[in-house]
Amino acid sequence: MTELNLAANSENKDAVVSLLFQLADDDFLYSFRGSEWLGLAPHIEEDVASSSISQDSMGHAAMYYQLLEELGLGSADSLAHLRPAKERKNSILVERPNGEGYYMEVPKYDWAYAVVRNYFYTAAKKIKIESLKNSSYQPLAEVAVKVNIELYYHLLHWKTWFVQLLSSTDEAKQRMQAAIAQVMKDFGDVFSLGTDGKKIVELGLIEEERTLVQRWQEQMKAVFESLNLEIPEIPAVPEANGRNFEHTKDLETAIATLSEVYRIDTAASW
Amino acid sequence: MATDSLEKKVLGVLEEVHDPEINTVSIIDLGMVEEVNVQDYVVNIKILPTFLGCPALELIKENIKKAVISIDEVKEVNVEFINHPPWTSDRISEKGRMGLKAFGIAPPPRLMDSDGSWHVDCPFCGSTYVTMDNIFGPTACRSILYCKSCKNPFEAMKPISTLM
Repeated sequence: MTELNLAANSENKDAVVSLLFQLADDDFLYSFRGSEWLGLAPHIEEDVASSSISQDSMGHAAMYYQLLEELGLGSADSLAHLRPAKERKNSILVERPNGEGYYMEVPKYDWAYAVVRNYFYTAAKKIKIESLKNSSYQPLAEVAVKVNIELYYHLLHWKTWFVQLLSSTDEAKQRMQAAIAQVMKDFGDVFSLGTDGKKIVELGLIEEERTLVQRWQEQMKAVFESLNLEIPEIPAVPEANGRNFEHTKDLETAIATLSEVYRIDTAASW
Repeated sequence: MATDSLEKKVLGVLEEVHDPEINTVSIIDLGMVEEVNVQDYVVNIKILPTFLGCPALELIKENIKKAVISIDEVKEVNVEFINHPPWTSDRISEKGRMGLKAFGIAPPPRLMDSDGSWHVDCPFCGSTYVTMDNIFGPTACRSILYCKSCKNPFEAMKPISTLM
């Protein structure tokens, strides 16, 4: 594969930067929402497991922000904490709150929603990572190999919860079905590469959206069939596309909360 | 010749840099040291992170710097984390596996079944009669198991492979 020339071609660099922000912001918000579950998961072993997954995922986000830092976009910490919602490229799915309430007061979080969101997101991430292992941007391809190894355990974990709850009581099944419907409404931009998509694919940074969506559907098919469930449809056109900076109010609240400590003293070493 | 012996000295002190959370295993035995390069008394070290989100990485980096700069001839130490090749659990040496066991952690299994399942024995009594309690553990690299023979909970280092 020919080496991507980023220094000589600013369009190429813009495409790499765009994709890296999508990946970084996705994992960053995903792990933040996961971290809000700390101490609230259904049982203590789950608390250990899901916080471990959040920690790994935060590490993945940190690697992508690091690659952006190396491209001269600013320090990884400030990219993660200080960018306002209107500059973020994460999908809508990961910015949604865990449920009603606030974790410092009375959180009425929905575990079914957590399981479905985390499983579907992780399965989508796995498809993307497999493609990124062959990315024409070598530093990204190398990070993808690392991320992929850790993802193995995440996917196993969420798949286990998903299958168990859908094989459980009627109430569990109903809650899970409702969660599937809710998650799928937001799934329209998960595989989207946004307005920079054409260039991103042309450069061989990752494969095109349609291919990735097909792989996701094929992979989920076996699981859904084993549970006698229809494979849910991914909306053809997303209601809002996070890749193009379209977001909900919930993202602003999330950023304000997660960066509160960092903004107190941006020069401090935490 | 001088460079050669200095490199040996560097490797010698790295044997004393331990995982901050498992003080019986050095970073050499964990297979984290990919390259040591000595030029004009400047030492450049390339390290492989185990897990990307491991909070001990910065601490390990500082401990390496402290250890190597303590060698009289060394003028400068640079430590860099690299992602290629990826760290895998089969990089842990035989000595490293003994060190893990001494700490009460079962070393990672060498073989995995085709369905991805794996087995370790109890690090305390050696029994094979164990159950998995949680694939995830107190740190990113460990799982929690329970020995039905000696009735002890124990931890195991997760197998990590590019085949996953």
